[in-house]
Amino acid sequence: MTLKTFLLGACSAMAFVATAASAETLTIATVNNGDMVRMQGLTSEFTKANPDIQVNWVTLEENVLRERVTTDIAANGGQYDIVTIGNYEVPIWAKQKWLLPLDGLGDKYDMDDLLPAIRGGLSVDSKLYAAPFYGESAMIMYRKDLFEKAGLKMPESPTWEFIADAAKKITDRDNDVSGMCLRGKAGWGENMAFVSALNNSFGGRWFDENWKPQFDQPEWKASLQFYADLMKEAGPAGASSNGFNENLTLFQQGKCGMWIDATVAASFVSNPKDSKVADKVGYAIFPSKEGVKNHGNWLWSWNLAVPASSQKAEAAQKFISWATSKEYTALVASKEGWANVPPGTRTSLYKNADYQKEAAFAAPTLAAMDAADITKPTVKPVPYTGGQFVAIPEFQALGTTVGQLFSAVIAGQSTVDDALAAAQATATRDMTRAGYIK
Amino acid sequence: MARSVSTGQKIGWSIAAWVVALLIFFPILYAVITSLKTEQEAIAGFSLIPSGTFENYVTVQTQRDYFKPFMNSVILSVGSTILALIIAIPSAWAMAFAPTKRTKDILMWMLSTKMMPSVAVLLPIFIIFRTFGLLDSRVGLTIMLTLINLPIVIWMLYTYFREIPGEILEAARMDGASLWKEIVYVLTPMAVPGIASTLLLNIILAWNEAFWTIQLTTTNAAPLTAFIASFSSPQGLFWAKLSAASTMAIAPILILGWFSQKQLVRGLTFGAVK
Repeated sequence: MTLKTFLLGACSAMAFVATAASAETLTIATVNNGDMVRMQGLTSEFTKANPDIQVNWVTLEENVLRERVTTDIAANGGQYDIVTIGNYEVPIWAKQKWLLPLDGLGDKYDMDDLLPAIRGGLSVDSKLYAAPFYGESAMIMYRKDLFEKAGLKMPESPTWEFIADAAKKITDRDNDVSGMCLRGKAGWGENMAFVSALNNSFGGRWFDENWKPQFDQPEWKASLQFYADLMKEAGPAGASSNGFNENLTLFQQGKCGMWIDATVAASFVSNPKDSKVADKVGYAIFPSKEGVKNHGNWLWSWNLAVPASSQKAEAAQKFISWATSKEYTALVASKEGWANVPPGTRTSLYKNADYQKEAAFAAPTLAAMDAADITKPTVKPVPYTGGQFVAIPEFQALGTTVGQLFSAVIAGQSTVDDALAAAQATATRDMTRAGYIK
Repeated sequence: MARSVSTGQKIGWSIAAWVVALLIFFPILYAVITSLKTEQEAIAGFSLIPSGTFENYVTVQTQRDYFKPFMNSVILSVGSTILALIIAIPSAWAMAFAPTKRTKDILMWMLSTKMMPSVAVLLPIFIIFRTFGLLDSRVGLTIMLTLINLPIVIWMLYTYFREIPGEILEAARMDGASLWKEIVYVLTPMAVPGIASTLLLNIILAWNEAFWTIQLTTTNAAPLTAFIASFSSPQGLFWAKLSAASTMAIAPILILGWFSQKQLVRGLTFGAVK
């Protein structure tokens, strides 16, 4: 080997080492669900196009993720470069300056294509602080065969009165079919997501303009009583323990006549691989109460954001831009079909003929999302934003406490009046302590 | 005089023991059975007959690498146990053979630290780890696991050492043994059953520790507890996959426990019957 060859080889090796050393490694904290797992599988496409960026995933259970990310950001740990958070956290964390504004998504990133309701929920002072990966509202999923058998037809805009009547008619206890499956498991993101949306549609609200809790108002009494009665007469056994996953299981097994929950469930219940009733599912918009023009205003999105403690903000935004782009949607469609693309974030998806053809739930999902307005969750004025939650830091704890009180009603361990009185007392105490009530 | 036990009584007690053992072991057995079902079978209701698919194990390994968290679990549990024993053996010696007026108080204080909820000190510990660059490091987590299990290790060794006659150590001293030699060549060999059971118990505790190992790691030092946690899903079906991940995570420690059960029982009952 000549000296020249040796030097050339050494230079090449040094260049390789230098490239490897200069590669940035992004650590991404996320939750474990189908769309996120799919994205992890497709990450190699991103790293292929961006060899100077490597990606490490940390997948955690939703509540553990919140706890970990909160600790890390609050203590400036800098362990994560991208975090997966909900639209509940985004405005709160952005105001705390825990997140960096996403101003480096690139010229090709079509921001105007984001669904307005979703984009609005992720922006503070007109700046986008998180990019939506997938979004959802809530809607009715129902068994068309059972409706037909009972001589029922789902109206275009059903009322709660119709839904309650239909639920009782299609309940068949002998065959273990419940007319209505709803969340009953205690938690701000579990039963309180549904109950808050239900109460919105009854014209109720969590707080008045002066942050006074409203559990002593007739709307709460009417909505909670309605929920309790419906679960008693047409709900499954042990409804107080059922959350999203439990109801999904029941519906897929053919044990629910109707299920009102997140629109993202539509792709699960209509998937013949997992669902026994895949070809029998119909969809309708979230019910409203007769005389009240409100469909609950449930709106949720899982989003990717860059914590202020990250040292790799530029690379992180590059990844977010890729993962939430139209090109990523097309990539998923090419590999796994249009029915499996992350839904509920971009207007263009719902105009796509292929998507409309493959996903029967596309139009009802879009209708549900368009109907949701988290800036005006209910007909009465409120001092907060958020549909099925109240976007204040105190809501997680308060929502879970109230959720436990309401879950006890469904379990038959408490009455509607007692639960509402306790909720009023707890909320008043917490809001006073937090300084909202002077 | 020993009381005679009739054959009927023996059979009765044997059946009772088997029932209790089966009840304790059943959740683990059911996790193994569920891991061999499809997601549909897993959610369909109670059944002890799986379809025998290994699909979940393949999916789990495809989605996340098992080997790295497994190695982290081995390093953390063995490392923290060795470190804990190095600190605990001299400490327990001092408390058993050279007690002071405050020894009992110190022992109680050490035990009381186990009564504190871990989350109460999460933020200070997190900040200390961040300051010293120990976040997501095996060194940091080994120190953490050592510290949280140290009270139990010292207590167990203290109990075993108390059963060893002090006269033997005195005799060694009279023969000119230094303190170091007394502990290493006289005390330790006599306390091997106790030390072995403490070691095994500490490995099991460290292997199963799920709060700090999840809170203080991201990718480099994350052990099998974090591996299991990553399969819990807020939206979608996951029971069979979660069971497969759990089975993979607990299998090594179950095998260790199975082969060392005699040692464990011997150590745990050491000095219980006089």
